[in-house]
Amino acid sequence: MSSKAQRKPKIGVFKFASCDGCQLSLLDAEDELLAVVGAVEIAYFPEASRAMAKGPYDIGLVEGSITTHHDAQRIQDIRRQCKTLIIIGACATAGGIQALRNWQDVDEFVRAVYATPQYISTLKLSTPIAEHVPVDFELRGCPISKQQLIELISATLAGRKPNIPHYSVCMECKRKANVCISVARGIACLGPVTQAGCGALCPSYDRGCYGCFGPMESPNTESLTAQFRILGQSDVQVTRAFRGFNAWAWEFRKASEECERR
Amino acid sequence: MTTSAGKTIRVDTLARVEGEGSLYIKYAGEQVAEVKFGIYEPPRLFEAFMRGRHFSEAPDITSRICGICPIAYQMSAIHAMERALGIRIDPAVRLLRRLFYCGEWIESHALHVYMLHAPDFLGYQDVIGMAKDHREVVEKALRLKKIGNSIVQLMGGREIHPISAAVGGFHKVPTKSRLRELVEDLQWALEASLETVRWTATLEFPNFEPDYEFVALRHPEEYPFNEGRLVSNRGLDIDAEAYEDHFAEVHAKHSNALQSVLRARGSYLVGPLARFNLNFDKLPEEARQAALDVGLKPPVRNPFKSIVVRAVELVFACAEALRVIREYEPPAAARVEAANCAGTGQAITEAPRGILYHRYALDENGLIVTAKIVPPTSQNQKRIEDDLREYATQLATWPLEEATWKCEQAVRNYDPCISCATHFLKVVIERE
Repeated sequence: MSSKAQRKPKIGVFKFASCDGCQLSLLDAEDELLAVVGAVEIAYFPEASRAMAKGPYDIGLVEGSITTHHDAQRIQDIRRQCKTLIIIGACATAGGIQALRNWQDVDEFVRAVYATPQYISTLKLSTPIAEHVPVDFELRGCPISKQQLIELISATLAGRKPNIPHYSVCMECKRKANVCISVARGIACLGPVTQAGCGALCPSYDRGCYGCFGPMESPNTESLTAQFRILGQSDVQVTRAFRGFNAWAWEFRKASEECERR
Repeated sequence: MTTSAGKTIRVDTLARVEGEGSLYIKYAGEQVAEVKFGIYEPPRLFEAFMRGRHFSEAPDITSRICGICPIAYQMSAIHAMERALGIRIDPAVRLLRRLFYCGEWIESHALHVYMLHAPDFLGYQDVIGMAKDHREVVEKALRLKKIGNSIVQLMGGREIHPISAAVGGFHKVPTKSRLRELVEDLQWALEASLETVRWTATLEFPNFEPDYEFVALRHPEEYPFNEGRLVSNRGLDIDAEAYEDHFAEVHAKHSNALQSVLRARGSYLVGPLARFNLNFDKLPEEARQAALDVGLKPPVRNPFKSIVVRAVELVFACAEALRVIREYEPPAAARVEAANCAGTGQAITEAPRGILYHRYALDENGLIVTAKIVPPTSQNQKRIEDDLREYATQLATWPLEEATWKCEQAVRNYDPCISCATHFLKVVIERE
């Protein structure tokens, strides 16, 4: 075998506007961490290492959304350096909670938070990575599931399709034999329109899903909006429900804007 | 050999910290001319977009400020809201919140002690390199961290941004038997933490002891998590309500950053050293004895020894978690329902990195009118720069590369969480 064939794949972990939680998922995979770092070369991961190897990288993991001019440039450079670009978490896939600025006057926002607003350089919108560069895979969640992350990295290394479902949280509730909290107890729940991945956590803890994993494939948000109204939710409340951690994801955005217009 | 004198120490991307920061120290001869602990993490504007959201949403929204210490955000938000709404919680809920916080402290301290800070002392770039020579140590660290995470997971469904904490209590509380499943692991974790104290105490510490003002919560009976008065070693003794009368964010010219200072006296230190020095008498016996056995007693002024203090706090967190599990009887109701009403509430809790202040004003519909959040790293930021100014003076004759690493380590003493600090710090791009 040539030395090239034995070379471990180089991985880079890059951060944009975010809470650091999704890349922490890698360090939180306590049982798999030493196996993962044995199989790959962690070439760039500032949260964990002061050794920072230059690109190109075989796999780039990107966390966070684009909110500054500087970052809009930086993601172009990272895309050029990464053979496979994997986008992790709601900030990177949908703009994150900071995308709530997208419906507001950002200059006023900056004045509200900072004593010296003239020093702040920020874009009017918080946007997902895919609005700036082509991406190879998007892993949803606020935060992502570490099991899904390990599955995705393993699949990428093996050159196979990752097993990551696109169906709704309802499927996970059924599998756990949860009694539907919306039907049985009248709790507003985004589960029917939200992608699975969390293991139906909120319904299992007696509360409605709040949409961490973003819209499922072809969600019927109109029907769910009607159901929320039957449960006594006002238009303002329904708007707020869709404007969470995946507010700028297209289907949730459309649903919240329709509610707001009513 | 190139020494640091007359040179500039520059680290564009600080490693092994949470979030994105940079370091800049300029020498004029052997004197330190300028120090900047820069922050280029983009602002996320939490306080602005929280306006108009319902009080019940604050714990979930603010937890997204930080993926490393989401429980701290949930706890400060919840306590501030409970004060605004005039809610009294069940004592069993109070106990569970302590357990929840223990999980976060164990997870966060184990991460920092072994994976972010220890490599500096042992001369490794990272824990991956360290694992090659010290595999058993790293495996122990991972197991310890996992046990902290397992408390969080049991209580809140997942390690990062758990979903069970609510204003008034929890969405769902665990049964006694579920909690008892944690006991065996926690007993192992307690032993591992005691070993961690002994192990960290053998590391080599530079001779450096600044004259700090330590600020931490103090409770009459307990090592502090969620309650107590805010005190310091220089006479501060206030309720959370008076926080903004005593602390201010100032604009430092040299760094273009907002930094939290004590109005009367300037920079101060929050976090493990402050808690330990101000609450040593409230540590459980095994934690206090573990500290004394390695010669650690207040006042500990060497910031590099924060690694040993974090280990002592690991002992505390494991012992406290075991105590809570022993004493726990489930509350009559998982939470007290809170009715919408206008009001203002402030709260301070002890995040792993130090005190975290939240203030909210609500309108009669329970919607947020104003929000203010001051995370621990914002409070330590000025102190970090002061440390660097003093410490870099000692390093002027060192080789530049070694001095750079030592200065990075001096920043990591604080376990800074830049993601937290950013929602109110000025963005400084220090790249050329």
